[in-house]
Amino acid sequence: MSIIKNKSDFDIVLSARSEKRFTAKDYIYALITDFMEFHGDRYYGDDKAIIGGIGYLLDMPLTVIGIEKGKTIEERILHNFGSAHPEGYRKALRLMKQAEKFNRPVLCFVDTAGAYCGVDAEERGQGRAIAVNLAEMSDLKVPIISIVIGEGGSGGALALCHSDRIWMMEDAYFSVVSPESCANILWKDPKKADVAASALCLTANKLSDMGLIDKICKKKRLKELLSALREEYKQLMSLSSKELIKARYERFRKVGY
Amino acid sequence: MELKNFFIKANNELENSEKKVKSRTITCKKCQKKISVSKIRDGNYVCPKCGHYFPIRARRRILMLTDKKSFVEMDKDLESINILNFPEYEEKLEASKIKSREKEGVICGVATINGHRLCIFSMDGNFMMGSMGAIVGEKITRLFEYATRKHLPVLGITVSGGARMQEGMISLLQMSKVSGAVKAHGNDGNLYIVLLTNPTTGGVDASFAMLGDITLAEPKARVGFAGPRVIEKSLNQSLPENFQLADRVLECGFIDAIVSRKNQKEYIGKILKIHENNGGF
Repeated sequence: MSIIKNKSDFDIVLSARSEKRFTAKDYIYALITDFMEFHGDRYYGDDKAIIGGIGYLLDMPLTVIGIEKGKTIEERILHNFGSAHPEGYRKALRLMKQAEKFNRPVLCFVDTAGAYCGVDAEERGQGRAIAVNLAEMSDLKVPIISIVIGEGGSGGALALCHSDRIWMMEDAYFSVVSPESCANILWKDPKKADVAASALCLTANKLSDMGLIDKICKKKRLKELLSALREEYKQLMSLSSKELIKARYERFRKVGY
Repeated sequence: MELKNFFIKANNELENSEKKVKSRTITCKKCQKKISVSKIRDGNYVCPKCGHYFPIRARRRILMLTDKKSFVEMDKDLESINILNFPEYEEKLEASKIKSREKEGVICGVATINGHRLCIFSMDGNFMMGSMGAIVGEKITRLFEYATRKHLPVLGITVSGGARMQEGMISLLQMSKVSGAVKAHGNDGNLYIVLLTNPTTGGVDASFAMLGDITLAEPKARVGFAGPRVIEKSLNQSLPENFQLADRVLECGFIDAIVSRKNQKEYIGKILKIHENNGGF
């Protein structure tokens, strides 16, 4: 029985934010063997909201990147509650370019309420950092799979989702705006967040029905997820980089029209 | 002969209508002074008293920057539908069509600037605050694809509040779609110039507005990812005075030059000229 049965769309948003959920680190340590974490964007600093490194998915070397929220309050503060600064997105891109150089695929775990809103983030180019990720990922020569494991908060999540495959956990959400902000902007009433959540079509089920995501992953079935990932990479790696990039272009090209 | 007469007649009609406009005045939002509409129009929509930049319609922008009668519009009939059945979206679309006198929030086409052929897109702030939905994304993507096929430069004039909420993830994914098309255009050695105007924010800032080879901005244009009120609220502190304004964004390293309205056409023309043979020698 699915765990999301009888849950409203807004309930799913709330559960996606729950502190009890698996974070990116949990998935990385559960799925990736010999994970080595690497730090820094080589321009400014090391953003702890995004972690990344290399390891094995079963027998296959890969680069793995995750937006990490942390669990305890200390961890949450350390990881800035999973809201990345520009240097976080630049670190992610650096690791992806490294993956391209050494011809290994990329796996991204996405879990963020959104890119960090602040004077420093703006002045270091939050918009530019996200834009460059979208552009550079669009013709990265190696396969990219992104899994939204909790919150898919707008541009901050999208910056790690210009991928060959976007998967979502069954109780995750992916949205252009948080339902609260949406309700506040449109109806000046944050209490209408449940109406907004439903109207925004942000659940894995709805996004899958619209063909915007490629797979819904069942919770707590890590073995299944592991073999599904391995199988998907196998397929993607059978394509030439030219075919891969073309298919990725078409994947996004067809959205909305 | 008949055709010529037709044009003369059309021109006369235009002049008459412009004469009618001359008597009208509007109040400058910045200095509160009354200024005649014709003075504003003749002065590039800049307040002659205080230098305030009035917002400009997308179509007027194109007329101001391109050679006379050179603009040919593309995909002009594409219109948004309420794809998610989002509450009150149709009403907003209808109101925006009346307000902007356009069918959607961006106008795309080909034109020349000082004789240099290029593709141009111009966003309209009167159409749901220049927000990007599927049609805005589609039109800009088609323009980049056309420019790639024809090896033409692209000039993009941006004004936007970001992705259009009423289209949910479809609007967010337009950021990816357009960015892919921009990258492919650039990979073939084509030039992309962005002119940032007030305001360029949200999902547009975080995609094609920040991907220009050369990034220009109008004086005092607000350029940023998160809205200032959102930041103020989440940080609970007041923001620096010039925060997200063009001169500060230039200082931060994200704008090549701030160009006043009266110099924009000449400035962009010079950039196009220097790229005429794509720098080939």
